Amino acid sequence: MPTHDVLVIGAGLAGQRAALAAAEQGVSVGILSKVHPVRSHSNAAQGGINAALNPEDSWESHAYDTVKGSDYLGDQDAIEIMCREAPEEILHLEHLGVTFHRNEEGKLGTRAFGGASAARTYYVADITGQAIMHVLYEQLMKHSESVARYEEWFCTALAMDEEGECCGVVTRNIADGSMELFRAKAVILASGGNGQVWKPTTNALICTGDGIGMAYRVGAKLMDMEMIQYHPTTLAGKGFLITEGARGEGAHLLNAKGERFMERYAPNKMELASRDVVSRAEQTEIDEGRGFPDGTVALDITVVPKKRIHEALREIVLVGRDFAGVDITREPIHIKPGNHYTMGGVKTDVDGRTDIPGLYAAGEVACVSVHGGNRLGANSLLDTLIFGRRSGVDAAARAKRMDVSRPSRGVLETEETAIAAISSREKGSGRRVSEIKLELGTTMDAKVAVFRDEAGIQEALETVRRLKEEAETAYIDDKGSIFNQDLLGAIELSYMLDNAECSCVAALERRESRGAQYRTDFPERNDDEWLKHIDLQLGDDGPEISYSEVTITQWEPEERTY
Amino acid sequence: MAAYTLKVRRFQPETGEGPYWEEFDVDLDPSLSVLDGLLQARDRDDGSLSVRCSCRAAICGSCGMKINGQSGLGCKTQIGEAQEKADKFSHASSGEEEALPTGDGPAPIVVEPMGNQPVIKDLITDMESTHWAKIRRVTPWLLPHGDPPEREYVVEPESMIDITQSMACIQCGACVSSCLSMEVDPDFIGPAALAKAYRFVGDPRDAETKERLHDLAFDPHGIYDCTHCFSCIDACPKGVAPMDQIMRLRRRAIEEGVEGDPNNGANHVHAFTKMIEKKGTNDEALLIQETYAPGIKGKLKPTKSAIKGLVNSLPTVLRAIKTGKARSLPKLIPGVHPKLPDGAQDEVKAIYAHAEDHREEFNIYISGEEDVVPEPDETVEEEA
Repeated sequence: MPTHDVLVIGAGLAGQRAALAAAEQGVSVGILSKVHPVRSHSNAAQGGINAALNPEDSWESHAYDTVKGSDYLGDQDAIEIMCREAPEEILHLEHLGVTFHRNEEGKLGTRAFGGASAARTYYVADITGQAIMHVLYEQLMKHSESVARYEEWFCTALAMDEEGECCGVVTRNIADGSMELFRAKAVILASGGNGQVWKPTTNALICTGDGIGMAYRVGAKLMDMEMIQYHPTTLAGKGFLITEGARGEGAHLLNAKGERFMERYAPNKMELASRDVVSRAEQTEIDEGRGFPDGTVALDITVVPKKRIHEALREIVLVGRDFAGVDITREPIHIKPGNHYTMGGVKTDVDGRTDIPGLYAAGEVACVSVHGGNRLGANSLLDTLIFGRRSGVDAAARAKRMDVSRPSRGVLETEETAIAAISSREKGSGRRVSEIKLELGTTMDAKVAVFRDEAGIQEALETVRRLKEEAETAYIDDKGSIFNQDLLGAIELSYMLDNAECSCVAALERRESRGAQYRTDFPERNDDEWLKHIDLQLGDDGPEISYSEVTITQWEPEERTY
Repeated sequence: MAAYTLKVRRFQPETGEGPYWEEFDVDLDPSLSVLDGLLQARDRDDGSLSVRCSCRAAICGSCGMKINGQSGLGCKTQIGEAQEKADKFSHASSGEEEALPTGDGPAPIVVEPMGNQPVIKDLITDMESTHWAKIRRVTPWLLPHGDPPEREYVVEPESMIDITQSMACIQCGACVSSCLSMEVDPDFIGPAALAKAYRFVGDPRDAETKERLHDLAFDPHGIYDCTHCFSCIDACPKGVAPMDQIMRLRRRAIEEGVEGDPNNGANHVHAFTKMIEKKGTNDEALLIQETYAPGIKGKLKPTKSAIKGLVNSLPTVLRAIKTGKARSLPKLIPGVHPKLPDGAQDEVKAIYAHAEDHREEFNIYISGEEDVVPEPDETVEEEA
């Protein structure tokens, strides 16, 4: 039985940062990922990472912007920690070798980003997430003696001991299909978000909410699951992301009449208002007939100098050229709001601890909550790194004071039986897994998106519950052991359906409009009744609802305008 | 919507059978990708069709494959364009003798796993034992000197932009797949790992520049193993231009005084540049001699390594004669190279002199991948 003090599941930014931080504490660490670490979705974070590193800037300003951006649903103690520790984290990354953009003096340079009152976004062209993640992977290779890497291993369940503490994980080695029970004193979930529940989405195919699903099944609380971010600038149909950095560099949003419509919605910040605000503005323009026939509005990057586009938005030049056939240096590109990020996730404290001892979560899988109802651009990379590191440090401390506990082998047998059951379904015994995924994604995008109402969410929830039943009999074609992606797809579908059910239940419950949750039947924010988190826990009939307080330290809720 | 046929090179390791071809009919918009086509085939027809993929947007580097023989990313290759290429591309792939059926309908789009890597299943290759082992070979982490400063390292802004080109690498392996040198020498460190090496050599924060360059120049499978075939530049989906990074490593090695490598790489560079400077043309025979025995004007210096080098290059020379690459006898005599007509050599010499004075590192992050053609009403901006 492979044994580590700390076992990290997922090897994007949060996971790699957690593993390195834990190893630095002198404990044995394993990091396990269903894809090679550099394939992780942190790659897709283009624009940058926020920090009040400039002497003229302050962490309080960064924190206030984040609180306001969250529509006051973010927990201010956690936000303060994130913003205070941000500058040191940026310097740490720079020292490790991240090739951050420099100003003329050769010092770290910044760009502007949405919802921020200062230019505090540090970046590497528009490949910031990729650049940071590849540098962290360099460090993992460097520290291969203290961090064991399990690349292309898939997790099917968390293992619990008799006291109800998390003590390991059941895995499948994708290369040969063998099942293995890993033992650990602490398990850190860093497995990312659940964008694949929606279609289209900017998220990669691997973002299937595995960690949220696994934690939920062993009784961990989930929080803010109704808060799903729609990014204002995604390519219609394909869902590809156009970085907010484009607007940060000065690009305009135009409707079909050529009007710079943000004047009507956010006269001060214009295109750089919070994402929920910009997405709603665009959707309103489209719904009221001022969009283009393909259901889009236009992003005009031609106003940015060409040299600057090539230097700072190169990836977008390629995306435009390769995926939309548009030269963004010469003509506007059609975009629309698209599923992008889940603010909610496994509920944790500021050290990544969930309410299950031994189980930690960090990054998009987690909900600390620093993003509340709406995440600011360039705060997600920061979230992964700060809380990845804090989880790693705390998990290592736990491991040091604990004896190793022994997960029962029963959980391994249960998982093996479940997999055998999936493989034994005959062709035609039910629907294809891919059909169920498609119906799930299009339903969620239609009903639990930028604008929502009770009837729509209820309809989505009923669909999800029907699909859960259908998934029980869905069949797969591949019966083999080696790289059986078909089988993994069926397991991922089950995680996705749990994620979807929780998002529907929470969205139905929150009868107000706040951040990414805009209820057309309750269009106002209602602090008296709803300035609180919705927590969900697995009960006998699906998610059971409870509430938790929003932590307010120094910023009382105010009306939110940009 | 349009109909396409994907002809996929399949391998199912658990059947006990060898690789085989299978055709899948798909319907999708021509602007969608070959990967979208494969995923449709997998979703609709056969869930066992295996391909690594994740982002669908050329960021994660999972879906390296050969399409109509060309290495690249499945997600970045539009299926409509792949069809146009397939119509021109009549043979399955290099090494395939059997020609594809040339019926009346459009030719199928041929999809194969990447080259230079063992195939695990269908389009999935073993990158760990090939690509990643080579990456680890170049000590792929920053080696700074002493403790870091209190704030950030202060460096030239251009230096960060310069190495960002190799940071743009997504480790997809397409360049490795296409590398002709690696086909001949599987131990060649290769385009991806050497581009990674430049990311440190070009990084002013790294303190081991000379050691790294020495290591890569003296390794018989190192920077001088590249034959400048440009395949990796064609294959790279991210504009990293691995071969350019290898050439930068060579230039830096010589600037740093890394000479005397057993590959005679530095000698070759000196011999070639000197010849272009002096003669304005390449005299192959003299180049060989100068590479192995530089120093004494056109006279062979009978050192052991020179003799060994010359003897070792004999088979290449003989092959060149046999295949007609070296056609005229005078070309085989060092120093007896026919003059090119119309003062062409003087023009080359002038270009050489100009290039020496106006040395510019070409970098996509500064100047854009393609030349920016100014609009008629625009003034041409001098790029920094």
